Amino acid sequence: MSAPLTTVHDVPRIGLHDVPRTMLDKLWDAHEVLRRDDGTSLLWVDRHLVHEGSHHGFAKLQARGMQVAEPLLTFGVVDHYAPTRAGEMARDVRHMIDTLARNAAATGIRLFDLRDPGQGIVHVIGPEQGLTLPGLLINCGDSHTSTHGAFGALAFGVGATEVAHILATQTVWQKRPKTMRIVFDGTLSPGVTAKDMALHWISRLGTGGAQGFAVEYAGPAVEALSMEGRMTLCNLSIEGGARLGMVAPDEVTFAYVKGRPFAPRDHAAACADWRALGSDAEAVFDREVTFDAAQIAPTVTWGTSPEEALPITGVVPEAAQSTLEYMGLDAGMPLETVKVDQVFIGSCTNGRIEDLRMAAAVLRGRKARVPGLVSPGSAIVKKQAEDEGLAQVFVDAGLEWADAGCSMCVGMNGDLVETGKRCASSTNRNFKGRQGRGARTHLMSPAMVAAAAVEGRLADVRPLLEGRL
Amino acid sequence: MSGWSQIKGRAVALDARNVDTDQLIPARFMSQPRDQGYGGFLLHDVRSDDAGHVLNRYAPQVLITRENFGSGSSREAAVYALVDFGIKAVFAPSFGDIFSSNAVNNGLLPARVTEAEIDALIDRLGDDDAAAFVDLGTGEAEIAGTKLQFSVDPVWQQKLINGWDDIDMTAQYAAQITEFRGKRLAAHPWAMPTTD
Repeated sequence: MSAPLTTVHDVPRIGLHDVPRTMLDKLWDAHEVLRRDDGTSLLWVDRHLVHEGSHHGFAKLQARGMQVAEPLLTFGVVDHYAPTRAGEMARDVRHMIDTLARNAAATGIRLFDLRDPGQGIVHVIGPEQGLTLPGLLINCGDSHTSTHGAFGALAFGVGATEVAHILATQTVWQKRPKTMRIVFDGTLSPGVTAKDMALHWISRLGTGGAQGFAVEYAGPAVEALSMEGRMTLCNLSIEGGARLGMVAPDEVTFAYVKGRPFAPRDHAAACADWRALGSDAEAVFDREVTFDAAQIAPTVTWGTSPEEALPITGVVPEAAQSTLEYMGLDAGMPLETVKVDQVFIGSCTNGRIEDLRMAAAVLRGRKARVPGLVSPGSAIVKKQAEDEGLAQVFVDAGLEWADAGCSMCVGMNGDLVETGKRCASSTNRNFKGRQGRGARTHLMSPAMVAAAAVEGRLADVRPLLEGRL
Repeated sequence: MSGWSQIKGRAVALDARNVDTDQLIPARFMSQPRDQGYGGFLLHDVRSDDAGHVLNRYAPQVLITRENFGSGSSREAAVYALVDFGIKAVFAPSFGDIFSSNAVNNGLLPARVTEAEIDALIDRLGDDDAAAFVDLGTGEAEIAGTKLQFSVDPVWQQKLINGWDDIDMTAQYAAQITEFRGKRLAAHPWAMPTTD
């Protein structure tokens, strides 16, 4: 049964914007096909990225006998189940990858499969290939789609039913979220990164702190970030409850985009459009929060939610017994005394070249006291890290240098942390069981993971970086 | 999807905050086809570590829990696990955004009530189940003898009651979508991926 016809509002697009608008407003207006009486908008989707986990969406489409509406705007990526080490693929892993390949071939979708030189994690290769651009609406059946907002795009994760709807119609139904601006004033201290900014605000506002909001990150410390840093910041928006995170595009953004394979050939014309995307100076946000970047220390999580994070100089706080038990910690323990069993560097949060450079700066000429896995975010990042000599630094330190994929962030490919083992990890979720059943995850920046590897415990990276930055 | 307007069944309490989708269904089960049923995967690791877990003893239609339920990953499989287990409504002070959309797309009600109401219900239910009545049309419920009002987005309320399907709903706007596409790509040619 379908809904009765409702009045559809004509959406003014040009010339009628006397009211100052936020970037969210501008992006929303530019994609709004129509708005129903009940306030729900039908939005045009410029890029739809699918992965192995999208099989439910394809199955729904096939069950209705429908075609993919816009195969040229749809891109497939093998990442969640991608094997990162040599050896036999497990049967279900093989099945998931084959299913995506079959769906892509049947529907005419360009697929970045395991053999593709552009293969990697969807939120790493979208930007790398120039599929991600300012001003676009980007959907993917993955909550970390907020990553692409770093370019000034409207990018958010969707579920399988929405994946099927986008495949069928190239549109998505959404209610406009409220707006929230998170401003980082000042300058980050050496050794403190975008990851620390993200864990910092989430620890202050809570995992539900931005629920129902689209977050725009702004301020001098955000403008000073590279595209990699901005992607890390936007990536973690969902861990604070926000489906969308974004940064206004600027010259840093335009320089990153220029010349990438799928990026516009007429770069100047596109930039002219993109320069108008940022929030108007007088635009009003529903909520505004300001942090001083200079006050942010290297931050680690101690619990089983990303909000349970503290500066590395802190102690394990009083908390729910079930959390402390799961994590194998006692209240009052200094975080720097917590021994780790292994480390992981990678993921859509922190698997980019800059992340690997920072980790390598810590590890160069040093040995890891614990085993660890380094999985670059893409085949291109992998090649670049090898060319720059970073891979050799990891190997010399005693860490394993692997192929690209989601790997130990989510463990779907079999890269798992064993029960009761403690992992210092550059990933995005310290949820119970996330890295493996009973696994104990501490989230932190790649530099901090490298410090934990060198010390065999949670450690402050700042002294280890002295003279190295 | 068929609509519904009332639940007459049983409720249990899950006394936990931030029950994320990785807990609701661990990632290793997500390669399974849906037709096998996902109910057995619901909170799999918690339930298998605790034989006396409330969901191992009862088969409720209503779940009472704490804030930020369904946060984390966009996996719709978390909703499949709840729905296939027989759950039709979850009462909590807040929900993960993507989870809520996924829930409504599968006929599962994310009903918002205050923290104080949840505290009282969790106290009252303890480790046992109790009678539950939910009226989607009026936004009223009676759980373990306690009457309460819940809130749900009115669009979602209609969608749940009528069992509306978004793809069917969008079909009536096909002409507008085509027109919009043409205008957008003409005004912003850079929005089309470059192909050599």
